[in-house]
Amino acid sequence: MNLKKLSLKRDQLTAFLMILPSLILIGLFVYGFIFQTAYSSFTDWSGVASGVEKNFIGLENYKNLFTKLLDVRFRQSLVNTLFFTIFFIAGCLSLGLLFAILLDQSIRFEGVFRLIFLYPMSLSFIVSGTVWRWLLNPKGGINLLPTLVGGEALNIKWLTDRTQIWQFDWLLLPKYFGYILLVVMILLAIRYFRNDRKWSAAVVILIGLATLAWLITGGPDKIQLLQYPEPHGFNLAMIGIVMAAVWQMSGYMMAMYIAGIRGVPDELREAARVDGASEIRIYRDIILPMLRPITLSAMIVLGHISLKIFDLIFVMVGPDNATTDVPGVLMFLTAFRGNQFAKGAAIAMVMLVIVAVVIIPYLVNTLRTEHEL
Amino acid sequence: MKKKRLNRILIYLVLIIFVIIFLLPAYMVVITSFKSPDQIELTRVWDLPSPWYFQSFVDAWKTFAPNLKNSALLVVPATILSAILGSLNGYVLSKWKFKGSNILFQLMLFGMFIPYQSILIPLFQFLDRVGLYGNIPGLVLVHVVYGLPITTLIFRNYYAEVPTEMIEAGKIDGAGFFKIYSRIVFPISLPGFVVVIIWQFTQIWNEFLFAVTLTSGTGNTPITVALQNLAGGRAVQWNLPMAGSIMAALPTLLVYLLLGRYFIRGLLAGSVKG
Repeated sequence: MNLKKLSLKRDQLTAFLMILPSLILIGLFVYGFIFQTAYSSFTDWSGVASGVEKNFIGLENYKNLFTKLLDVRFRQSLVNTLFFTIFFIAGCLSLGLLFAILLDQSIRFEGVFRLIFLYPMSLSFIVSGTVWRWLLNPKGGINLLPTLVGGEALNIKWLTDRTQIWQFDWLLLPKYFGYILLVVMILLAIRYFRNDRKWSAAVVILIGLATLAWLITGGPDKIQLLQYPEPHGFNLAMIGIVMAAVWQMSGYMMAMYIAGIRGVPDELREAARVDGASEIRIYRDIILPMLRPITLSAMIVLGHISLKIFDLIFVMVGPDNATTDVPGVLMFLTAFRGNQFAKGAAIAMVMLVIVAVVIIPYLVNTLRTEHEL
Repeated sequence: MKKKRLNRILIYLVLIIFVIIFLLPAYMVVITSFKSPDQIELTRVWDLPSPWYFQSFVDAWKTFAPNLKNSALLVVPATILSAILGSLNGYVLSKWKFKGSNILFQLMLFGMFIPYQSILIPLFQFLDRVGLYGNIPGLVLVHVVYGLPITTLIFRNYYAEVPTEMIEAGKIDGAGFFKIYSRIVFPISLPGFVVVIIWQFTQIWNEFLFAVTLTSGTGNTPITVALQNLAGGRAVQWNLPMAGSIMAALPTLLVYLLLGRYFIRGLLAGSVKG
């Protein structure tokens, strides 16, 4: 018996040794490299040639990105990402849900439809970007579609459009941030009260009150981000990129929702039907609420894809189209075309922080639910 | 009853409209790639080619054959290595859990969500230092390492379904770590391997950021980089990039058409955790 125990222990050690190389690789290539990038972002490092000095300059790079006149391109890239993310997620979720529900109606050739809606997923962003670039040519492609059915050609400039709508002033950002924080805290407080979590509610209310006080006493005005007002907004040129991205990824949402709808027990639907519920009500009151967890995890997956999107935009507009910049493209250009490695590292760290804010709570949450099981 | 009929017609109508929208880009690629350069006029982009012109594929093949070869040389070893490591890791993390293994797994998973920009500069320096910059083995290493989280995840979830009693029975019979793997776990791993291989194959074949950063300007660029170089130029003859797009898309498209079920499984595994 003792011998067996010993060999089990040895096996456990073998198991650990087998996974150790992977852990070391991840430790170095993920965490080690992130640490190095973080360090570089606090320096004035430019260029890889030997002899280039690397001096510690603290938060200077970050300060520049958010407040220096010259780095307006980075700020617009953040705004572009925000709008892109919203429209991309909204487009994928709604189309995916629509397809899933339509295909749930015992459709003939269901498999063929599914195949067609999902095939773009198997393509490289480089392939689809190349194709969409050609489709969005202002003098051809999609603009000519109406002429095929006898209509007038459209005159949309797509990727070359320079119009910006929904403008806001970067200077007012602290104020907007305060408002958003306030609203979130109020919503959270209501939720905690409903769930009878008084302590959490109290904490949230305290933060909310502090924010309110900060707003009323003119706190936001004291943060002088820029010397001059700087308008940012939604660049219409992004619409073409959203279209291509939604075309490529909505099939993924369809697959997720189809899997989710399959998971709804038939008895539940039958029971509702017996009770005289209409098909629409069955979807609204039974199936949609059950799809909520899927929607949440899909939003996180789609969200992190859109926050780090690079190849699609790079190939659709080429590297030098500032109107459609996103941080992913800008980081690549700054570091690897412009040799400004420290600044590139700072942009990369901003991207990482944004993604981490979305991903870490999600990962922690899945770990916790796993333990409860 | 009549209303129901109407509803069904409406459903099919909506579906068919979307089918047309989803196939339009594919139609455009195919017709453009079969046109001669002088046939490609903006006003007639949607017309079928007449006559059909096949030279673009010959030219595109000449241009892209080396890059397609590079992609193949990259994707085959990287996929196989990823699958083997993923399987072993998944086996350990599901059947030989140790103290802290869940946390380590979670830390590993984070690696699949990071924007790769945040590791790109040190990665580039590291590969340069160890002599793996600009060549295919370096790119293989990169894809294997950053593929570890997803391949481990897929196998771990797959092996979680294997009853622990089977493993326990093996232990009682005196089988060790490797024997249990080779006798019990590996033989039932085929579906897991198919899912992982398809997933990694598609991902690596389609990847661009690592490829463009680590092989640009060398003779080792994969197809995605070569295609971007051609299509991203100013004066483009569109028949060539379109023919190239078809060549770049075919391998993954074929895998999807033939093994779609497993493709979707990999897709879902990437988001549904636990």
